[in-house]
Amino acid sequence: MNTAKFLDTKGLLCPLPVIRLQEFVRGVESETEVTVVATDPGVLADIPSWCRVNGHELIAAKELGQEYHVTVRAIPQLST
Amino acid sequence: MALPRQPRAIALISGGLDSMLAAKVVQSHGVHVEGVNFFTGFCVEGHTQAVKRTKKQKVKRHSALWCAEQIGIPMQIVDISEEYKDIVVSPQYGYGRLLNPCLDCKIFMVNHALDLKGNDNEPFDFVITGEVVGQRPKSQRTETMAIIARESGADDRLLRPLCARNLPPSLPEREGWVDRDKLYGFSGRSRKPQFALAKELGISEWSQPAGGCCFLTDESYTKKLQDLWDSRGRKDYDLEDVVLLKIGRHIRPAPHFKLIIGREEGENQYLRGFRHKFAHMTTVSHTGPLCLVDGEPTSEERRLASRILARYSRGREASDVTVRITDPSGVSEEVIVEPFEPHLIPQDWTLTN
Repeated sequence: MNTAKFLDTKGLLCPLPVIRLQEFVRGVESETEVTVVATDPGVLADIPSWCRVNGHELIAAKELGQEYHVTVRAIPQLST
Repeated sequence: MALPRQPRAIALISGGLDSMLAAKVVQSHGVHVEGVNFFTGFCVEGHTQAVKRTKKQKVKRHSALWCAEQIGIPMQIVDISEEYKDIVVSPQYGYGRLLNPCLDCKIFMVNHALDLKGNDNEPFDFVITGEVVGQRPKSQRTETMAIIARESGADDRLLRPLCARNLPPSLPEREGWVDRDKLYGFSGRSRKPQFALAKELGISEWSQPAGGCCFLTDESYTKKLQDLWDSRGRKDYDLEDVVLLKIGRHIRPAPHFKLIIGREEGENQYLRGFRHKFAHMTTVSHTGPLCLVDGEPTSEERRLASRILARYSRGREASDVTVRITDPSGVSEEVIVEPFEPHLIPQDWTLTN
């Protein structure tokens, strides 16, 4: 697995943090852990939901002061 | 011998009931269905809810993602806010009752969906929408639905499962990917057939955004958007404008400046993020909202703006309220003003309450 990465989406309102995560995940070629850093609390609901429908693994979702950190293990989706 | 390939469809998911039903119906025919939700910037969900949410409130869900979970399909959210400007500014088929370019919007989305690939990077065979003939006056009429199919480039690769039996057979029906006899022939504005189908499919909950899912069908919002265009002398906007129009009271005392006044703490907090771009005002002597000043009022007009802001502060009944005006570089001045009496603020200044 690659080393952990951070995706800064501070100041963006949902669903833009989800979209940024989706764009990032499209580019991964192996399982990659990524932490979305956001200021919109909507990520606490939206990113876990996005992970569930698209087959990625939610590792943690937490509030840190004024920020929200959601960590995801992105699983590359291969052609069937 | 290779097994026949499973047909693949992409469904436009708005977060409402019809698109959810349409995807679920096609899925039940054995088709691999994935969803797409387009972010235009004008979506009712998201921004406003995020800004207004207080700590005590439950985090709002994204309805389209929630729908996808309920029916068990993968879903992507696609940001089309930049390309969508052309649709909003100059729709080929014009606007609906307000600034809603529904027909151009649907053409654009169907066309865009055709080009998308699934999570496995494979293309789709056809597109699904939850449209129903006769349900919407602008985009969901027999003649306009034909225009959407043609102009989007989808032609017969566009399937509307809820009203398919009122329309010529599409490619998925002719190919036997779906069974036309098990599709539906809904029409008109009644929602009863959809509610009955939801019950049959075991769907008991869905999003019902008041006034639809797009701010371009909202009278108050479109009044502010039109005002923005009028004040600039051109039809133009960026995503920041779109969000700011959703937030606060908008009061335009003169063509060259507008006030945006927070209505609650969530809005004040959000507006604080724009202090580097706009002059802002706060009441110093009394508790009050944050106000952004969009434009360049004269010194006299700044006093007028201060009186308006004072009217929305806790000092609204005081004889004097001290207001601090700070420009984007951080330079401040304070003025002492008498709050405006509410009935003295001309109604035509107020774009929203």
